[in-house]
Amino acid sequence: MTEPVLAVEGLNVYYGESHVVRDVSFRLEEHETIAVMGRNGMGKTTLFKALIGLLPVGSGRILLRGRDITRAKSYERVAAGLGYVPQGRMVFPYLSVEENLLAGLETVTDRMVPDYVYDTFPVLREMRKRLAGNLSGGQQQQLAIARALVARPAVLLLDEPTEGIQPSIIKEIARTLNTLRAAHGFAMVLSEQVLSFALEIADRFLILDKGEFAYEGLKAEVDTAKIHAHLTV
Amino acid sequence: MILAVQDLTVSFDGFRAVDGLALSVEEDELRCVIGPNGAGKTTLLDAICGKTRPSHGSIRFKEHELTDMIEYEVTRVGVGRKFQTPSTYEDLTVLENLEISYPKNRGVMSSLFFARDATLRDKVDEVARAIHLEEHLGVKAGSLSHGQKQWLEIGMLLMQDPELLLLDEPVAGMSPGERERTAEMLKGISAGRSTIVIEHDMAFVRMIAHTVTVMHQGKVLAEGSMDDIQLDPRVIEVYLGD
Repeated sequence: MTEPVLAVEGLNVYYGESHVVRDVSFRLEEHETIAVMGRNGMGKTTLFKALIGLLPVGSGRILLRGRDITRAKSYERVAAGLGYVPQGRMVFPYLSVEENLLAGLETVTDRMVPDYVYDTFPVLREMRKRLAGNLSGGQQQQLAIARALVARPAVLLLDEPTEGIQPSIIKEIARTLNTLRAAHGFAMVLSEQVLSFALEIADRFLILDKGEFAYEGLKAEVDTAKIHAHLTV
Repeated sequence: MILAVQDLTVSFDGFRAVDGLALSVEEDELRCVIGPNGAGKTTLLDAICGKTRPSHGSIRFKEHELTDMIEYEVTRVGVGRKFQTPSTYEDLTVLENLEISYPKNRGVMSSLFFARDATLRDKVDEVARAIHLEEHLGVKAGSLSHGQKQWLEIGMLLMQDPELLLLDEPVAGMSPGERERTAEMLKGISAGRSTIVIEHDMAFVRMIAHTVTVMHQGKVLAEGSMDDIQLDPRVIEVYLGD
C-alpha cells in the first residue's frame, strides 16, 4: 500500500469538558478528495481545527506524508504543506485583497500571485487594491479560498467553502478545484452542506455523527439518499 | 405598499454599491432578493436599517422617510434586521437573550427594577415556540448549534414585533435539515408582516418566495416568480451559471 498523504489515527479532541471528536481515523491518498459530511454540532469544524493546529489534540496522531505533525504549530503545518480555508472567511479586513493573497504566500519563496488564481476569481483581480473588509461576504469567501490555494498546498482543508457564494461561482470553484487537482496533484478534505458541490469534487464520503464516523462510501457507490438522511434527521 | 425605495444610490470608495435602485414591498409580502456576490444586496439592507447613509434617493417605510433617521429610530418605527453572522449574547440563556430584546420599559430605572410580568412571559413563550427553541430556554446561547443561534437571533427580532423584517442569509451554514425547518418556520413568522430575505440557496428560495428580485451591479436586473427567474438568460449568465 502506498503511503497516504495525510493519515489520521485514533484522534480525540476536546472542547473543555466535552469530548467532540471521538477516536477518528482516516487515510487520505494522493490526489484524493474526501468530503466529511454531517449535521451541525457533529464535530466537523473541530476536526478541521485540530488538523490545522488551532485546537490541541487530546490523543491520537496526525501524519502528513509520514511526518508526525500532531504537536506542530499551525504555521509549521502550513509550511509542511497543509492549506486551510476556515469557516466564516477570516480574511484580514484592513489588508488589501492582494496583501491577503501575499499573506498566503508567506511560506513560498516565489511570492507572486499565480495567474490561475485571478483567472478563477476575476473579481479578486478587479478589486486587488481594495480593502478586503470592503468586499461583499461572498467575495470575501472567494478570497479565503484563493489565499489557501496560492501556496500550492499538498493537502487543502476546506471548511464549508461555498457559504455565501453565488451559484454560478460555486460551479466555477468546483471546476477549478478539479482542474487544479489534476494539474498540481493535491488532495483535499472538505466539509460541505451543499451536497451537489460535494458530489462534484469528492471521491469519498465520510459522515460524522456525534464525533464518530457513521458511514463511509466511495462516490461511485455513494448512496445519496443515505447521506441526505444523515444530514436531515 | 409598506416599503418604497426610489432612485437609491449608495457609494463608497468611489464605487456605487447601489446605483439608482427602485424596489417596493407590499404589506404581508415575503420577498427574496438574490444576485451575484457584490451586487449590493447587503448594502441595500444597510441603507434601509440606517447603518449606511445613501448618497441619493428615498426609502419610504409607511409614513416615515428612513434616509433621515438613525439606526435606533428605524428600529423603533418597526424595522428589524438580522445580519449575515449570528450575533447573540453567548453567555446568556435563550430566555435571557429573548428578554433583553423586549423593547418595553428600557429606561435606566425600569431596567434596574426589571421584573418579569405575565405579558413578557407570554411573549417569550410565543416567540420561543415560533423559533423551535421552547425546549431550550435555559440553555446558554453559546451552547446552541449554529442553526439554532440563527433562529435565536430571528427570535430576538420577533420580540420587537417588527412590521418589516430584514434577513441577510438566514440559512448560511445550516444543514439541509435545518434549512427545511427554517423555511417552514419563516412561513409562520412572516405572517402578518413584511419580510425581505437575501439568500443564495435556490432550493430554499423556492420553498419560501412569492416574488424574487434579482440585483446586479446595484440595480434590479429582473423581478418575477421563481420559475420566470430561473429561466431568465440574464440571470443564468450573471448568477446561476449553467
